[in-house]
Formats: sequence, C-alpha cells, structure tokens
Amino acid sequence: MCGIVGLFLKNKELQPELGAMLSRMLVTMSARGPDSAGVAIYGAGEPDKVKLTLRVADGTDPAQLEGELAATLASPVGACVHSSHIVLTVARSREAEALDWVKRRDDAVQLVSVGSTMEIYKEVGLPERVAHAFGFAAMHGTHAVGHTRMATESAVTTAGAHPFSTGEDQCLVHNGSLSNHNAVRRTLQREGMTFATQNDSEVAAGYLTWRMKHGASLRESLTSSLDDLDGFFTFVVGTRNGFAVLRDPIACKPAVMAESDDYVAFGSEYRALSVLPNIAKARVFEPEPATVYAWERP
Amino acid sequence: MPTHDLNVTAVRAVNDALHKLPPDTNETLWQIDNPEGRHAIGVGIDAPVDVEINGHVGYYCGGMNKQASIRIHGNAGTGVAENMMSGLVHVMGDASQSAGATGCGGLLVIDGDAAARCGISMKGIDILVKGSIGAMSAFMAQAGSLVVLGNAGDALGDSIYEASIFVRGHVKSLGADCIEKPMTSEDRDRLADVLRRGGIDGEAKVEDFRMYGSARQLYHFHVDNIESY
Repeated sequence: MCGIVGLFLKNKELQPELGAMLSRMLVTMSARGPDSAGVAIYGAGEPDKVKLTLRVADGTDPAQLEGELAATLASPVGACVHSSHIVLTVARSREAEALDWVKRRDDAVQLVSVGSTMEIYKEVGLPERVAHAFGFAAMHGTHAVGHTRMATESAVTTAGAHPFSTGEDQCLVHNGSLSNHNAVRRTLQREGMTFATQNDSEVAAGYLTWRMKHGASLRESLTSSLDDLDGFFTFVVGTRNGFAVLRDPIACKPAVMAESDDYVAFGSEYRALSVLPNIAKARVFEPEPATVYAWERP
Repeated sequence: MPTHDLNVTAVRAVNDALHKLPPDTNETLWQIDNPEGRHAIGVGIDAPVDVEINGHVGYYCGGMNKQASIRIHGNAGTGVAENMMSGLVHVMGDASQSAGATGCGGLLVIDGDAAARCGISMKGIDILVKGSIGAMSAFMAQAGSLVVLGNAGDALGDSIYEASIFVRGHVKSLGADCIEKPMTSEDRDRLADVLRRGGIDGEAKVEDFRMYGSARQLYHFHVDNIESY
C-alpha cells in the first residue's frame, strides 16, 4: 500500500502553516503506511550555503558532530537538531569537504539529503509519532512532500523509508512497486550514480536526477520515465521550485488532487485533503494515468 | 429522520444501525454528514430507505446495496456501488476508478466523470455516466448496460461478454473482442429505459448513441486454436 501527501503553496501567507497542514495530512494516511514515515520540506535557504541533513546514530552527541565538522572545515557551521536528525549548514564552496567528512564518519552519521532549501526527515514508526518527534507541525516552507510506508520491496528501515533524495533539492516518494529497477539501477551505476539502498523507489529518484542532470526539465524527466520505468507507481516529486505528480498507465495506485488559489495538494485518498483549509472551495480531481502534472514557481 | 455526523459517530455504528432496519421500517430517510472521504459508508444496506450523504466519500460507498436509494452530494472514491444488487446509488460529483464493479443489479448514476475501469466485470447493473469514463471500462463485463453521455477512454469493453455499452461521445479505442454493433429496437428500448430511470430521457436522444458489445470470438472454443490448449 503506502500513502502519499504533498502540498505546494501558492499563497505566501500560508507558508508558516505548511508543516502543520502537511502533518495533519500525513497522519490521515497512517492506515496506508504504518511502518515508517517521512517528509521533505522546502524551507528557508541562502544561495551561497548548503544544508546537509544527517541521521545521527544512537549514542552520538549532535553538538559534538557540529564542532567536529567546524574544526574540519576551519569555518563555522550552522546546526539544527530535530530528534534523530541534524541539519548542518555549510558554505557552498566547502560542500565537497563536508561530504568527505560525512563519508569518513559513517559510523556516526548517514546522509539523508543535500539541498539549498530542502530538508528530509524520515524514521521507522507510526506516522503520528514520527511527525511529533521531528516537530513537523512547527516547520515553515513553500512546499513539502510526505510518505507513510507499508514496505513491500525492501526492509523496514530508516534508509528504506521515503522520501528518497538522489540530487540536490530533489526528492521522490512512491506508492507501488517497480519491476525493472535492478536493470535501471545497473544502467545508472554505469553512468556513475551511486545508490544507498536496494529499494526500487530510490532507483526512480536516481533516474529523474540523472535525466535532469543531462538538461531535461522535471516534466521531461517524468515523461521519459513512462518509457523507461516498468511497474506500478504513483510518484510525487519535489525540486527546489517545482512539484510534480505522475501515475503509471494502468493507474493502479490511488491519487486525488485539489487545486485552489492558495495551494496544490496531493493525497492518496481524499481523506488526506479533507483536513485542508477551504477544501470545499478547491477543485478536486483525479490525475489521469500516464499524464505528467507539474507546477513550478518562477 | 435519523441524522449522523461522522465526525461524532463511527461509520461502523451508522452501518450497523442501517443493517438492523426491518423491511417495513418507518425510518425511511437517513442523513449522513461530514463523510470527509471515509471508506465503506452505507455498505450492505438491505432496506427500502433513502440515504443522503452530504460530502465526498471514500472507497466502496453503497457497496452490495439492496433496495436503498443512496445519494452522494459530492465525489466518490474507488469502487462506489461495487457489487450492488438492487436500488440506486447516485453520485452527484465525479467517481474514482472501478465504479459499479461486479454490480449485479440496480442503477448507478454518476453526474460527473468516472475514472478507469468503470463497470469492470459488471453482471447486470445499469450504469449511467453523464460525463466521460476512463480507460479499461467495462473490462470483462458480463451483463447490464453502461451508458455514457461523454467520451470513453482506451480499451473500452476489453474481453467483454454480454453487457451492452452505449456511448454518445468519442471512444478512444476498443479493447480485445469489443466491436460496434447495430442497435435493434430492443437495444433502443433498454437504452431509453436507463435514460428514463436516470431522469434524463428528455435531454439525451437514443439515436445520438452508438452501441458496443462482444464480437464473441474470444470466449468461444475455436478449432483453429486447438494448438493453444
């Protein structure tokens, strides 16, 4: 099964409410995915800085990690702790050195995402508990994507939880299962991409990252995925300024959307949209099979 | 008039109350408020009552219905009126996929569009869609009529048995073994009957529809295919 929620705000005044709105949506999808939950949230950022979201191993002191990275880079590091995750902000010019440090310290930290505005938080557990632990409700931002997981293709682990991120400020959540992910993964590995898990959804994320790296737009990348990815899927994808939805040609996995002057919203079921403000005034529709829906901020 | 607010009363409790109605009940008008996309509302009713549902519903609303008239003042999720036996389910908005799936009788009316697989494996239900229907509709349909005022998506009537499909608009493509057929006077009467029961006999003319059904090549034994057995 799995549940997906997504929210792309058009009305700036709602930005302080983004996290609260999305966590309400996420919790309605608990029955579809009680194993794990996660959220990618696009919030504040500075163009010359980059945010590394890391999962901190049990027993490691996040404050010590901040000091260690600052000492390695010999420059100050911004740090913000949310439960088991820490967001370290470094100068863009020092990103490669910081990522090298992350690799060296893989006993203490796991890289979850890299982004100028995006942060990803995911954990094993009931969505309500995960949302509470990370404090999603207090987070601000422009758009966000969330997922509740019922595992089919790989183990119930934090690394197997969604969203997956394979490129800066890029995330993907998936409901369904791919049948040719091993072949696609091998192709992408030959192209120089690396994968952190055996998960099929990570391959879909990697495929889109690879397409966009070669100049395709979000819309074009998703359109070509209809030819190259085989299986059942509803994808919701986020980029720094974009939000997109795609269902496979059979449309096995459920999807419902709402659009108003204030927002574009996605839910696996209407229940997820029913908690949004002024939903009665939004246009509610079911996305067509094999059709890319994309919204981008200028 | 029994009125239930689903933000206060659980769906299961409301369904229980509906299931306990005796055949000669005097509580014939039920109102259900704040459905908010909940699943399985009004499933398994077997009493001649009217149920008004004020809002959007989730999966399987009105499933297995016998006798009741259920009106949904909103959209319906997957499998509305699935396996309906008799009575009426009326969706005043759009319906998601598999509307009227495996229905054996009664009438399903959808004022808006229906998504993929509308009337999949229908077994005698009549379905009237005032908008358009999605891909793979009437897949393996066995009996009953699917009447569509708008257009039909890909692979209409794939592997169809003996149901009839009437479409007023454009059909994107026909599925395996589904062909257009000439309408007999009996077919015209059946179509007119569905339009009349759906309350639109004045608005839609029988002669504007084209009829599709089974070529009967797929489900009969054919000696040329002996190698396949």
